[in-house]
Amino acid sequence: MDFSFSDDQRLLRETVARFVADRYGFEDRTRMMAMPGGRDPAIWSEMAELGLLGLPFAEADGGFGGGGTETMILMEEFGRGLVVEPYLSAIVLAGALLQDAATAEQRAARVERIVTGDLRLAVAFAEPRGPRYTVDARETVAVGDRLTGEKIAVLGGDQAQELIVSARTSEGSTALFFVDPAATGVSIRGEAGYDGSRVATVTLHDVAAERIPGDGAAHLSRAIEAANAALCAEAVGAMAAALDLTTEYLKTRKQFGVPIAAFQALQHRAVDMLMQLELARSMAILAAASLDRPAAERTANIAAAKAHIARASRFVGQQAVQLHGGIGITAEYKVGHIFKRLTAIETLFGDADHHIDALTDLGGLAA
Amino acid sequence: MNLDFDADELAFRDEVRAFLAAELPDDIRTAVADRTDLTKEQIVRWHGILHRRGWAVPKWAAEHGGRGWTPAQKYIFQEELSLARAPDEFSFNVAMIGPVIARFGTDAQKERFLPPTASLDIWWCQGFSEPGSGSDLASLKTTAVRDGDDYVVNGQKIWTTLAQHADWIFALVRTDPNAQKPQMGISFLLIDMTTPGITVRPIRTIDNHHEVNEVFFDDVRVPAENLIGQENKGWDYAKHLLGNERSGIARIGLSKERLRWARATAKEMAADGRMTQREHARLLRELIETEIDLKALELTQLRVVAADSAGGGGDPGAGAAASSILKVKGSDIQQRMTEIMMTLAGPAGLAQPDLDHGRNEEPQDRWLPAAAPYYFTMRKVSIYGGSNEIQRNIVAKTVMGL
Repeated sequence: MDFSFSDDQRLLRETVARFVADRYGFEDRTRMMAMPGGRDPAIWSEMAELGLLGLPFAEADGGFGGGGTETMILMEEFGRGLVVEPYLSAIVLAGALLQDAATAEQRAARVERIVTGDLRLAVAFAEPRGPRYTVDARETVAVGDRLTGEKIAVLGGDQAQELIVSARTSEGSTALFFVDPAATGVSIRGEAGYDGSRVATVTLHDVAAERIPGDGAAHLSRAIEAANAALCAEAVGAMAAALDLTTEYLKTRKQFGVPIAAFQALQHRAVDMLMQLELARSMAILAAASLDRPAAERTANIAAAKAHIARASRFVGQQAVQLHGGIGITAEYKVGHIFKRLTAIETLFGDADHHIDALTDLGGLAA
Repeated sequence: MNLDFDADELAFRDEVRAFLAAELPDDIRTAVADRTDLTKEQIVRWHGILHRRGWAVPKWAAEHGGRGWTPAQKYIFQEELSLARAPDEFSFNVAMIGPVIARFGTDAQKERFLPPTASLDIWWCQGFSEPGSGSDLASLKTTAVRDGDDYVVNGQKIWTTLAQHADWIFALVRTDPNAQKPQMGISFLLIDMTTPGITVRPIRTIDNHHEVNEVFFDDVRVPAENLIGQENKGWDYAKHLLGNERSGIARIGLSKERLRWARATAKEMAADGRMTQREHARLLRELIETEIDLKALELTQLRVVAADSAGGGGDPGAGAAASSILKVKGSDIQQRMTEIMMTLAGPAGLAQPDLDHGRNEEPQDRWLPAAAPYYFTMRKVSIYGGSNEIQRNIVAKTVMGL
């Protein structure tokens, strides 16, 4: 049993933390989000230069061979800084699909360009009328290698140079396809998410596509587990930032002639936030460490982690706003934006109820 | 980053499991599983079995019978005891006074007290709380006045667990009423319970049991050689006693055992019709939610164990707030499990037959009348050892700087 980080992992944390501190201050973030497309394109190139975009890819494919712990470290620091770049969708989620599902040729054509920042992927699997968290494609249909249908909530969908799209095949199973967003028959409508993310609706009409072999639903499920483990870490970083801001505010804000930190009701609430944060950190570690475990254990542990962290995120986010009072609900102050991101994390890739149901179906955690 | 126990630790776990499977008497396992009271005889008998194996005081220093276990081994040992439904360690001897005598006692005190403390030939009770001094323990008023070679003790202690069985009491007493701060006028005394002037009066608690007592001191003469360490330094020794062991605070094994028990019991009750499918489904969901929270707590406890093993450099294991987090959340989950027991029992748990003198119950139903008393008495876990509110005060002040 060892919860310590290696020297390389500590160096990674320092690198990411410094990048976030230098380039992703709250005012920088606000300025970038006001730019066309809601992003400063220079940031993605800088991430490439720092080696962050190749983190989860195998060294044989041109990546840096990082595992769950490395992604956890990076995402926690991104969470602290409320980084809105589409790292989760383009690197973690799409990266997991490339690694697990794509052929060697398909990887060879893409990974190096992803690592250099020249290719960004987005994954389109949710559909407007299906059950909200299913990985089964129903409305998007593949006829041979041509796709027709509609996808929603595509994270980073309007920032991608290539899409991975799920579709129902003529055999009735779900398969994954590469789609060129510039191809004839594709239309993409990008919108800002309430958390600063970019989400897109993708409409496909008889679009040429390149098939990724294997069971698309199974590959998606596994990639979503990687994404959920990453989200758990991001939530921990965001909660830590919320708690730091709140603690500082309690010490400086004066009412009735004293810092409001003097009031026991507020002290205890802040302590409850700290306790939730530390328990959530434990679950983020569990999720990261479970990624290379056997399927049943991995699925159960990550479901438990996401359910727990969804609840913790709601509590810490709400209480951070509450303890700030009115300033907590203003757009110009950071804490409300942390709350909004924590709210998005709750619902992305399955909310607490979804994961509790999943764990119930599995019969609980392994002893 | 590696969340698994290593091969040595797993081998140790197997060794503990095998010992418990062979040596834990059925009557004791059944009493613990059903949450009925253990008799004094059962507590002494089980302690004797552990003592003969050399595992009664494993956390002590080796020269006093300790085993030199790592924090992970200590954690595993306690978890396995709970999972096997063995009694808790006898904490007053094992976790409290033994380590204090070993650390702060004189050689004569160590020689006199440590062997019988380890073997439970001396049964200790704890004299800290007083009617006016609960959370504000340092305000305690029981006095000890030096008179020749003795201290003369007057006052009253309360909530003294199992004092009715105790041979000795370790007590905090005020030796300097004029100290600058109340903490600086307190001493730590060992007192023979057979000394004239001591009266033990039972307190019946809401579970209708007699576990705690009031202890009155009326001109009780205590030889000065029974003072631990220096006069007026007792508060420091008491803090050591309360804070020296972090490997088992959250009581993970205890809650895991209850969770397994509740799942199995719910399944039986659904199968034989005492619980509807809908009730069963709702309870299963509640058990899953509790299991998730318990997992988060278990990982947090393991982070603390790992941090204590590594001695810095790694994950700080939730840092200085760890003990309070484990105490607060551990007691929350223990109490949730008692609520689940109550749900399972339903109205059938209302009747309180006298199990010792009454009807012959079916063995699988002995837990039914025990569920409510257990639920009631377990409210204590968020009160004792520094209430959960006091724990939050501690974290707010010492960790968050509020």
